[in-house]
Amino acid sequence: MLKFDRVTKVYKVGAFGGGEFTAVRDASFEVRPGEVVSLIGESGSGKSTLGKMALRIASVSKGKITCDGIDVSTLRGHRALKDYYRKVQGVFQDPFSSYNPIFKADRVFSMIREEYYPEVSQSEWQDRVAEALKVVRLDPNQVLGKYPHQLSGGQLQRMLLARALLLDIDYLVADEVISMLDASTRIDVLNLLADLKARGMGILFVTHDLALGNYISDQTVILYKGEIVERGVTEKVFSDPRHPYTKKLFASVPQFHKKWEEVEAELRAKEAADTSTHPYHLEEGQEVPSELVQVSEGHYVQPFHRRAAV
Amino acid sequence: MTLEVSDLRVYYRTLRGDVRALDGPTFTVADGEIMGLAGESGSGKSTLSKSLIRLDGRMRYIGGSVTLDGDEMPIWDDRAMDEFRYKRVSIIPQYAMSAMNPTRKIGKMIAELLESRGVRFRDVRDELHRRLELVELERDVLDRYPLELSGGMKQRTVMVISTLLNPSLLIADEVTSALDVSTQRAVAETLVEFRDREFVKSMIVVTHDISLVYQIADTIMVMYGGRLAEKASAKTIIEMPKHPYTKMLLDSLPEVGVKYEDKRLSGIPGSPPGLLNPPQGCRFRDRCPLADKQCLEQPPFVEVESDHHVACWKAE
Ligand SMILES: Nc1ncnc2c1ncn2[C@@H]1O[C@H](COP(=O)(O)OP(=O)(O)O)[C@@H](O)[C@H]1O
Ligand SMILES: Nc1ncnc2c1ncn2[C@@H]1O[C@H](COP(=O)(O)OP(=O)(O)O)[C@@H](O)[C@H]1O
Ligand code: SF4
Ligand SMILES: [Mg+2]
Ligand SMILES: [Mg+2]
Repeated sequence: MLKFDRVTKVYKVGAFGGGEFTAVRDASFEVRPGEVVSLIGESGSGKSTLGKMALRIASVSKGKITCDGIDVSTLRGHRALKDYYRKVQGVFQDPFSSYNPIFKADRVFSMIREEYYPEVSQSEWQDRVAEALKVVRLDPNQVLGKYPHQLSGGQLQRMLLARALLLDIDYLVADEVISMLDASTRIDVLNLLADLKARGMGILFVTHDLALGNYISDQTVILYKGEIVERGVTEKVFSDPRHPYTKKLFASVPQFHKKWEEVEAELRAKEAADTSTHPYHLEEGQEVPSELVQVSEGHYVQPFHRRAAV
Repeated sequence: MTLEVSDLRVYYRTLRGDVRALDGPTFTVADGEIMGLAGESGSGKSTLSKSLIRLDGRMRYIGGSVTLDGDEMPIWDDRAMDEFRYKRVSIIPQYAMSAMNPTRKIGKMIAELLESRGVRFRDVRDELHRRLELVELERDVLDRYPLELSGGMKQRTVMVISTLLNPSLLIADEVTSALDVSTQRAVAETLVEFRDREFVKSMIVVTHDISLVYQIADTIMVMYGGRLAEKASAKTIIEMPKHPYTKMLLDSLPEVGVKYEDKRLSGIPGSPPGLLNPPQGCRFRDRCPLADKQCLEQPPFVEVESDHHVACWKAE
């Protein structure tokens, strides 16, 4: 399990790092094996920061992230990190950024062979690569021996997923991996993530697109200005959003079968019908606590002031 | 009729030959119509948009005609187009936000733009102030630099500037693509309001996000490989599309408000054709499950039902 436990990230900002900016505050949630967790929020809400901390690209300022019980901040030395990256890998929005343009794209495969599988024979390795490419539905003849600029974004993105397969990782941080792809090929990469999940991989799926999150994830985490305002079983969060920010998001996503006004009217009607005071309603003047409150089983919301506007 | 485009062909000149990016669309945009222009990247949306305003150095006018409010636009003649540009047809280009000159204050930029069109700033100043207020921008944005504005503010500023002289046609190319969902909605609804207030008569809203144009457009036109695939009312395109490409595209898009559980959507196998040497006949042919011999011939874009145009031999 990849567990975020009251994780806070403070960046040093300004000249000489004199200022501080809290990009993530007290975030707690988990990614279990065989589960996709969507991390949804607008740009600047702290999604990538959470992913980077899990990948140790950014340090954790407060709280801790554990992977199968081990605190990732305590990993020291080449050996420990190497073992960690064999379990956890990241794939990012711009696939081109993960490739060095002067080398052939398949170097991402030979690099992990040198690092992790030096004992594997050349022919055995070729078989493994071919198998991984098959899973991500790439034709070896079309991608091997090519330079990054000769391949499409979708092909490069799939090759990175194939690399993750070769490492046989347990957890994947997929940060906006779909954004750069075209509509008719996006769904294939999404389905591929669903296949990886079926093989037992735990996936942190970072996105600003609620429709993608709805399609792929078991759990949803809604992030707003660095804080988790709502999280839980995707179906519950999507069918019964409680936090004003979550509602605003849902009222703004363009749908195919309903106009914005209809969605908004429905949310309003539901709100008007529910006159009871819930444990997550704050009294006037009460401060917003960082602990979320349970709405129903597997659905949590950050307490808020009833008539709060976001 | 605000806009009438007939068999318009505009190609890109390259060393390896012509890229046939806009290959003969024929369509109209009625008075007051907001038309969504949808299609995957590379389908020719921006080429069509730019063709109605200004051909850049590499674009070559091949043939066809464009009429605005009954007047033929000489799109092949850059100088003669000055009479139309900005005053009668205006564009918010793709990436307009990042293309704003960072060293010019916004007010200064507007004044220069107006001057270059022979309009005095003080003649439109009051109207400019009114419209900034309408889109909830403080007047002091005029004293600010583009860098100081958020994405949504910049986009609203660009909308006000590009419609200041009440053009007949506004082309908005991917104006919401770089924005967060809630800002996206606000910007999209402002476009509708500009039409309702008659700041512009008609509009072409270009996007790769078909669900977004469904929210605001009266009609949707789908492009594929430099040609038109289908045009109908927004509701018809979403609920009863006839072109195989439109159908498959819609079926590949996940949506909020649907429970998927283990249901899988499927993509469209293959990729769009290159337009340097596009395949003969229907350009969707090698990805289309219905393709047969007849499709080796180009299907005409015809009205199969009232106000529903499709380019497919198999659509009836
Ligand atoms: N290295 C950094 N130094 C200072 N601030 C940063 C750094 N990285 C990100 N931030 C800030 O932290 C906030 C969250 O950023 P990020 O995690 O990238 O958000 P998201 O992925 O949701 O768009 C933003 O305001 C961003 O400007
Ligand atoms: N300057 C150019 N030179 C050559 N080909 C171009 C140029 N600009 C665009 N194209 C090609 O024209 C086609 C249509 O592009 P474009 O109009 O930008 O599509 P869209 O806006 O739908 O993404 C694409 O095949 C693209 O590669
Ligand atoms: S014309 Fe033929 S190939 Fe083209 S969309 Fe129709 S059936 Fe498919
Ligand atoms: Mg990010
Ligand atoms: Mg474009």
